[in-house]
Amino acid sequence: MLNIVVLVKQVPGTDNVKMDPETGVMIRSGKDTIINPLDENALAEAIRIKNSHENVKVTAISMGPDSAIKALKEAIAMGADEGVLISGRAFAGSDTIATAKAIAAAIKKLDSVDLIVCGERATDGETGQTGAMIAHYLDIPVETYVSAIEVKETSAILKRTVEGGFERIEVPYPVMATVNKDINEPGFPTLKGKLQAKQKTIPVYGPEALGLEPAELGLKGSPTRVVKVFSPKLSRDTIMKKANGTTEPVDELIKFLSGKDVI
Amino acid sequence: MSTYVNTSVQHENELSQYKGVLVLGEQRDGKILSVTFELLTRGRALANDLGCELSCVLLGDHIDNLEEVVKRGADKVYFIKDASLKNFLPRPYSNAIVKLCRELKPEIIVAAATTTGRTVMPLVTSKLETGLTADCTELTIDPETKILLQTRPAIGGNIMATIKTPNHRPQMATVRPKSAKPAPIDPSRTGEVIVKEYEGATFFTPEKFLEYIKDTTQEVSIEEADIIVAGGKGMKNADGFKMVEELARILGAGVGATRDAVELGWTTYPHQIGLSGKTVSPKLYFAFGISGKIQHLAGMQTSEVIVAVDKDPDALIFRVADYGIVGDVFEVVPMLIEAFKKLKANA
Repeated sequence: MLNIVVLVKQVPGTDNVKMDPETGVMIRSGKDTIINPLDENALAEAIRIKNSHENVKVTAISMGPDSAIKALKEAIAMGADEGVLISGRAFAGSDTIATAKAIAAAIKKLDSVDLIVCGERATDGETGQTGAMIAHYLDIPVETYVSAIEVKETSAILKRTVEGGFERIEVPYPVMATVNKDINEPGFPTLKGKLQAKQKTIPVYGPEALGLEPAELGLKGSPTRVVKVFSPKLSRDTIMKKANGTTEPVDELIKFLSGKDVI
Repeated sequence: MSTYVNTSVQHENELSQYKGVLVLGEQRDGKILSVTFELLTRGRALANDLGCELSCVLLGDHIDNLEEVVKRGADKVYFIKDASLKNFLPRPYSNAIVKLCRELKPEIIVAAATTTGRTVMPLVTSKLETGLTADCTELTIDPETKILLQTRPAIGGNIMATIKTPNHRPQMATVRPKSAKPAPIDPSRTGEVIVKEYEGATFFTPEKFLEYIKDTTQEVSIEEADIIVAGGKGMKNADGFKMVEELARILGAGVGATRDAVELGWTTYPHQIGLSGKTVSPKLYFAFGISGKIQHLAGMQTSEVIVAVDKDPDALIFRVADYGIVGDVFEVVPMLIEAFKKLKANA
């Protein structure tokens, strides 16, 4: 039996996002949420492993508001066996450390987990650090930027995408892998999966169920504080030229770049 | 269930025991990577503002030229030396860094937002029970509180957030490669190189490094490139995309691509720049046939100088560009190739 946990985060949909031309701020409707795209890759990988090996169980875990149940149902529709939601007012304002503690506590409630997969980062916070922190709280090894997982009897061989190339690392279970987009094509919900998703009850764990102290939760349990949020100065003083069949725009560009000392 | 250590507020007296700035250098095959020198620029500025020492830690089995780290700005260089540290593995690296941090008690630790830095720093942070801010583009010291202010883009670069770690030490951050210039060599600088050898248990791990495979499609690694030439759907087909690669070759630049270009099979995923690919900040970024979807801009808009060529005058890419040419890439890019060929021939 191979127990796989997939971590899925619900994030704002970005595909229909428009930018305010004046302020450069993202305009999006509040209802539009999706599973973090790299978590979809993680999910597809877990399901691929399940479909190509005997005795694999896939549990999807999410932390977020009640509406994140939608993401977990979607995960089950795509082939996960179970879903678990970590939710509660006390979790609000959690930074990556506080989030990692809560998720690690939920994973500890499951039977002997062998492999945990999640996206290398989420499209909203983009910190890319929660995965490694969860591994710390579980005291298991973590490999990041994983683009291939080879499941063996007692270990996994993980291919990492790094600067200028790839690395292959072998780690005995249990291990955590944070994956990038190269690992696979995300899957689709199946009819059978959709039916299962409808029937499945998703347990919701609050702080008490996870045995967490109030001081470890939400803003209180978060060492970092946001001081301010502001819009970046997006537009630059752009020099615009029109191609006119002559080399003039290109010649001017070379002069411009020489002046900037970048070539 | 194991018990958790409470990470709530560390005692104030305890906070003041933490002194000095530590940067986490990187090496490959014993050669110090230039990102280390960028960190020295960052670290030196912070140490000067705080009036404290700047230290740099490097891990490996052997490292050439540790003195250079002193000449480029470090007061102390710690080399954690062990045969098992030849290649990066998260567990032994993080354990060794944590051990050094418990000895040194630095108030700030800065690493590069490379695959190594972004893997090891979360582990070190959670082991030290403190906070971490990833992928910063700016680090400053608050003149009044002397606290580190960490500014980073979020939500695809659409907002900037300034973050601090007020009640925990060390204050930890990773910074984008290429977002600072490498510190220059000052031959007159003096400092100390200290070799640290820890007992084997520090480096124990079940992880086994099997091999490193060089990506032959990346003549120049995108993360380390000073110049990136990138192409999007406007390059029309695989043949068109070859112009992007040709200009990159002439300039010794990295080849970048939009998600579309990767999905159409014109190049491979390691070249993808943007929200679901890599985040880069080169000195110079060429965007050819790229409309500038938010997802792509998120990965490149902090580049120092951006040049865009696209036929659509309303393309969003021009909003982040320093120099834009509205026109057919098949007319403009060949002219650029010729111009740079000439320039290189005369250089």
